[in-house]
Amino acid sequence: MPMLHVVNKSPFDRNSLESCIRLATKGSAVIMIEDGVYGATKGTTVADAVSKAKNELAIYVLGADLKARGIDDARLIDGIKVVDYNDFVKLTVENDKVQSWL
Amino acid sequence: MSTTKRFLFVNRKAPYGTIYAWESLEVVLISAAFEQDVSMVFVDDGVYQLAKGQDTSQLGIKNFSPTYKALGDYDVNKIYIEKESLDARGLTLADLLDLKYEDEDDDWAEKDSIHVVSSAELAEIMDQQDVVLSF
Repeated sequence: MPMLHVVNKSPFDRNSLESCIRLATKGSAVIMIEDGVYGATKGTTVADAVSKAKNELAIYVLGADLKARGIDDARLIDGIKVVDYNDFVKLTVENDKVQSWL
Repeated sequence: MSTTKRFLFVNRKAPYGTIYAWESLEVVLISAAFEQDVSMVFVDDGVYQLAKGQDTSQLGIKNFSPTYKALGDYDVNKIYIEKESLDARGLTLADLLDLKYEDEDDDWAEKDSIHVVSSAELAEIMDQQDVVLSF
């Protein structure tokens, strides 16, 4: 049963991204929004874990939140997909369940 | 009979996700208007507040990052950034806003407001303050 996981907290402030990656089952989708988008950037202390998670999970990041924070697409970990609000809605509909990692 | 105190504002949160960054900036500007000796520190996710190229047009909230550029005019020119926090986030000084001030004691020469410091140096800076406010 595919599930969409929503992460909205910075990985340096909370461990929600870490827990999400640990507990999401293979084939699930993860979307990073709000301060969660920092987890999608290269060269950080969590980038390796996110990169590895991509083997089993589809990882998305909300473009509007990247833009607000001045994060250029070039700074993103390879293979993470940038989506807009319409795509976000589609993801919530396509998946059976949505889990928000507050 | 006014007293000048050394005020330090410690910023540890990313912008936009919470209101702390904006609130801090407002209080900093108020303190400076009361002619206090103000310093600012950016550690942990606080370093993201100074990221270049912020554009909140799609979020419908105010992009307050240009306001940091006004700090120099308020004589807030002691802005310290912890190197360890930048490193952990894969950032360098080049990723941050270029904040300058004009030094009235040096024929208004333009100088950098931002100083990248180590944790040890930062600890010392924090120790020298009269008042520390955390955001």
